[in-house]
Amino acid sequence: MSTDPGIWLAAILTLCIFSFLYKDNPFYKFVEHLSVGVSAGYWLVIIIRQSLKQTFLDPLIQGQWQLVPGKLGIFLLIFPAFMGILLFTRFSNKWAYIARYPIAMLWGIGVGASIPLSLQNYIIRQLQATMVPITFNSWEDVGSLFIAIGVITGLVYFYFSKEHKGAFGGAAKVGIWILMIGFGSTFGFTVMARVSLLIGRVIFLMKDWLGIIS
Amino acid sequence: MKRELPIAITFICAFILTLQYFIPHRSFEIMYEISNIWIQIIGVFAMILGIISLIMLHWEKIKHKKENWGFSIVTLASLVGMSLVGLIASENSPVFEWLYNFILAPISATMFALLAFFIASAAYRAFRARTVVATILLLAAVIVMLGRVPIGSLISFGIFPKMAEILVNYPNVAAKRAIFMGVGLGAAATALKVMLGIERSYMGSD
Repeated sequence: MSTDPGIWLAAILTLCIFSFLYKDNPFYKFVEHLSVGVSAGYWLVIIIRQSLKQTFLDPLIQGQWQLVPGKLGIFLLIFPAFMGILLFTRFSNKWAYIARYPIAMLWGIGVGASIPLSLQNYIIRQLQATMVPITFNSWEDVGSLFIAIGVITGLVYFYFSKEHKGAFGGAAKVGIWILMIGFGSTFGFTVMARVSLLIGRVIFLMKDWLGIIS
Repeated sequence: MKRELPIAITFICAFILTLQYFIPHRSFEIMYEISNIWIQIIGVFAMILGIISLIMLHWEKIKHKKENWGFSIVTLASLVGMSLVGLIASENSPVFEWLYNFILAPISATMFALLAFFIASAAYRAFRARTVVATILLLAAVIVMLGRVPIGSLISFGIFPKMAEILVNYPNVAAKRAIFMGVGLGAAATALKVMLGIERSYMGSD
């Protein structure tokens, strides 16, 4: 059995969480609230120490931003911080609408960057990978043909502007079968990942804490 | 001004950021990098705002002695403790690392491990082979699961791992590509709606 207080603490917290399998109880609630506090504190430290310090505070203290030298650079650094401070107007009933300006900026930058990227990554690259020459020289070509048929029928299933009848309905049916195999495979992967985490926790309890297995 | 200005800000930022993708010039690359840093800086303040909200919520629970208020003390104490250690010492200090390794990491891992039980019970309810599609889903999941463990190979003389590989490499890829294309079109359409001021839910109500 371990004599390390850290291992003991981790083991007790692990057992407290597993106690939820019986029913909701104060031990689980304790760890649940502890988890919220610790993770919020952890991420606060990480974003202040790494993100805020490296991208904002350090260049500001040095008075020099490598990306845009000179006073303009300092202004371009202070501006987002000013917008960030405006977020706190949400605590005032009278001035809460001002918080919309930084939120609008975040949304604007986010959607502006996402339009070409989502079209590029989710549509053009997927089409490029699907539309490959098929020469039937190898079994891989059969697989590529299968994928192409699967993608087309899958898209047909998602097209709801036309009734799924006749040949179109048949294609949609094949599409849903393909989609179900995809969902099943993904589910299988997810289950195995969770089971592997569970095995990890059991090994921790049995090996690191109790020392029953070597 | 309360609604028009945010819509204008969103449109201008979105338009410039979309445009920069199609103009391969150094100045537009710098602008893209600046916007990424702006997002990070505003994001930090947004996170601080969220943490202040969390503190206020739990403080109210403690102040008015609402149900389970004792657990709110745990949340606040752990939040303050973890933050102080990390901010006073550093994120690489032994105490901060100890707190991460023996509190946060085991809790996170066990929470996800707990999902193994719930995912199994959800699977039992969802996978009952009532229809053809449910049966296909069930078979695919079982084959992939058995194909990934030694016993699956043992009981099927190596067939399950091969079948799992075929399922993952072909129908799974086809399904994911079809879904990705749908996601891409949906994301671009939603982004356009936000950019043009048709979708305004992010502004909340007056």
